[in-house]
Amino acid sequence: MSKIKEQINAAGRSVPESVNGKQAFPYKGVGKHHPEGNKYGPRIPVCTDYPSDGNKLVPTLKDALIRCGLRDGMTISTHHHFRNGDLLANRIFDIAHEMGIRDLIWFPSASFPCHAHLIPYLEDGTIHHIEGSMNGPLGRFTSEGKMKGVGVLRSHGGRYQAVQDGEVHIDIAVIGAACADPFGNANGLNGPSASGLLGFALADSEYADKVIVVTDNLVEFPCVPWQIQGNYVDYTVVIDKVGDPGQIVSGTTRITTSPDRLLLAELTARFCERTGIIRNGFSFQTGAGGTSLAVGEFFKKIMKEKNIKARFARGGSNAYLVSMLEEGLVDYILDGQTFDLAGVKSMAENPNHVWTSPFTSYNHHSKGNFAGLVDVVILGATEIDVNFNANVVTHSDGYLLHGIGGWQNCLFSKTVIIPVPLFRDRVPIIRDQVTTLCGPGELIDVIITERGIAINPLRTDLIQAVKNSDLPVRTIKELKEEAEKICGQPSPAKFRDKIVAVVKWVDGTLIDAVRQID
Amino acid sequence: MSKTSVAGNHGEDVRSDCLVKISLSLKGGIKLSLESRVEKLYGDHIQSLVNDIMKFYGIKNASIHIQDSGALDFVLAARMESAIRQLTGDTREFLLPSVVKKEIPSDRKQKRFTRLYVPGNTPKLMLNAAIHKPDGVILDLEDSVAPSKKNEARLLVRNALRAIHFYQSERMVRINQLPRGLEDLDLVIPQHVNVILIPKTETATQVNEVAERIGSINKKCKVWLMPIIETALGIENAFPIATASPDVIALSIGLEDYTADLGVKRTRSGDESLYARMRIVNACKAAHVQPLDSVFPDFADTEGLKEAAIRSKSLGFDGMGCIHPGQIRIIQDGFIPDPEETEKACRIVLAFEEAESKGLGVVSLGSKMIDRPVVIRALSTINLAEKFGTLKKDWRKNYE
Repeated sequence: MSKIKEQINAAGRSVPESVNGKQAFPYKGVGKHHPEGNKYGPRIPVCTDYPSDGNKLVPTLKDALIRCGLRDGMTISTHHHFRNGDLLANRIFDIAHEMGIRDLIWFPSASFPCHAHLIPYLEDGTIHHIEGSMNGPLGRFTSEGKMKGVGVLRSHGGRYQAVQDGEVHIDIAVIGAACADPFGNANGLNGPSASGLLGFALADSEYADKVIVVTDNLVEFPCVPWQIQGNYVDYTVVIDKVGDPGQIVSGTTRITTSPDRLLLAELTARFCERTGIIRNGFSFQTGAGGTSLAVGEFFKKIMKEKNIKARFARGGSNAYLVSMLEEGLVDYILDGQTFDLAGVKSMAENPNHVWTSPFTSYNHHSKGNFAGLVDVVILGATEIDVNFNANVVTHSDGYLLHGIGGWQNCLFSKTVIIPVPLFRDRVPIIRDQVTTLCGPGELIDVIITERGIAINPLRTDLIQAVKNSDLPVRTIKELKEEAEKICGQPSPAKFRDKIVAVVKWVDGTLIDAVRQID
Repeated sequence: MSKTSVAGNHGEDVRSDCLVKISLSLKGGIKLSLESRVEKLYGDHIQSLVNDIMKFYGIKNASIHIQDSGALDFVLAARMESAIRQLTGDTREFLLPSVVKKEIPSDRKQKRFTRLYVPGNTPKLMLNAAIHKPDGVILDLEDSVAPSKKNEARLLVRNALRAIHFYQSERMVRINQLPRGLEDLDLVIPQHVNVILIPKTETATQVNEVAERIGSINKKCKVWLMPIIETALGIENAFPIATASPDVIALSIGLEDYTADLGVKRTRSGDESLYARMRIVNACKAAHVQPLDSVFPDFADTEGLKEAAIRSKSLGFDGMGCIHPGQIRIIQDGFIPDPEETEKACRIVLAFEEAESKGLGVVSLGSKMIDRPVVIRALSTINLAEKFGTLKKDWRKNYE
């Protein structure tokens, strides 16, 4: 096979001219890529082709897949609302493997360690490549150059974009739901596999050629609320278990007890207080990691002390955020993913706990989205460079370990703060250059470490706001040097030329390529 | 087959440490097998450090196995040195460059509200100890180090003192009980130590032994002494201990051992140790050194700690020990002047200044006479309150 030609994109990264045989655009800069024409259109269905009694049940998932015309080379989509408790994706490819189908493209909204089950199918050719995220063992597998095709990493918003502009054509979408009726109306709220919402499957339901809804909790028509509308659904299937409840949502999400992480969280909250970001009517988004949860708790403390209310919080919801809603500290939770049972319950019962989707929150091909309306978002990163560019998909040793999730989309919030330890297990987080570029530095405002806070020079307003405060503000170069003094300078990761995955920017252009580990 | 020596730690929860196994051989050169989480990033670096160390000790043939969980150079070097010492008995010290470039002075009277104990053989807890801003970081060679790990901990603590910035925190080491503690001094005293904590001190002679040993060692800065009183006999000798050497700056009390010595249970109210604690406070005040209270043993009980800190201050103590970074802020908040105390101090100082400007010999506030020591205490309260931001520097404006 001849080597694919490469080109240098606007971020100075060398990216391929085509990916898996399809032409690709290089990243041109934030807001620079403007495709024209109409959105991609799904096929026209005719309602009389479907059962007049609305009963679309078929006996097994295999039957449904066969009726959908499962064959070599198809793109199969699944979704990650069951997180590490997902049983469905593995089952689909078990069936495909049994049937001897080959070269499928798996298009998940995210993958989890439970999907390591699929590695043999990547090895034997059942699956050609993954477009979504390559976490944990799948990331390692990909980085070692073992996947047949090139992996494609997209953000949640970028996934919606790819579906809407036809970059990805989904042949069969399989949507797991905690609750569904025979017509295909479905939600994630009720039943043993309750996961909160099904927003990640929304685009797939609207644009895929064929849609299968799979549930372990069938109810009589109508299943309300219909987060997924049965009018888009071809077949419904009942199986014993779509997910492992213990792994879908945890009974409790816990705040970190690490004093170092708590310090980071407190510094982050104090920064938001001193800069006036925390003010009446503000909005925020923190993740579900231990440090992020702690940031939320420190926000809560400050808001209570100063009698401040937030207009809305974007979630990842959990017990902590729900308690802020219930105590009247936030008016609304706009929830994209529910992390614990308290979140699921609140969403089902509290009208101010609203479910959203990547369409409302992150989508590139919509007339605005919610991410830009958020005052402050707290994100993570594996590496950040001295120009505030950041990496979330690979570690400094070059291995793919995480997906992008909503991370890139959240960069469009008004202030982006990344609290990170200055080093982890000897590895400095702030580098001269990130191993893989996922987010351009112009969108990343503040890096908070236990040894100091670096503010992007572009944010003169923030620099001014903390000028005479007690916060340990330093330059990002000083922080990098301090980490290297402590840890020593790491050797750069060694790669071969072969591209194993590409990282898409939110607009579908290639912001970077990930190469095989040497 | 030659003997294999082992030093360090490895395991699922171990971070920033490594386990080193070395066996000497007759030929074959230096063979390193490295298992490391950071091998791709630091493998070459580790290899060259190992070569330097082997060269330093003149070892030409050996096989070395390192299981590394992100150990920094100073940790790797300490583990290597420990393993080599066991094999060869060579006690020369392999020292990496120190990050401490100039003297870090400490004052005998400086504030010591919080002193954080860090186990002397657990590198991951050392690295970030000072970012939580305790007044002192104590690298502990005594109770937190297993008896079989005493020798390697001593080398690790020595290296930590050279490699880690403890920022604003005073650099403290708790040595082992004498006589082993005297050997600890030989290694740690040359490395910018501000305070040596002497555990289970019972007599003035023990303090003198430590002071003498320190006197015989080259050092980079003034080394103060903090005897820890942990037995009934120690309590009885508190004053002689506090005055044994001009280098004693504080006595601290260790209540776990003290209550064990009495054969009573340590209670939350602390009635059983009230006498001992007051005896310490009194002896310290008489000797013009700081009385420092014990640690609060349950780090999850923040409410209990809050009460304990307030009580400790009211008994006359100048600070408490911490076993967890989470305790630092709570103790500090307990010891900094509260608003009522600050307000009173401001009024006293203003009354004093006014009396002085009018040339009055006697100062009074309301119906109370104010003595000079009261004014001095009020000034120090104001200084503290200003320092912690609970009182603005221009507080006089509020009283105009």
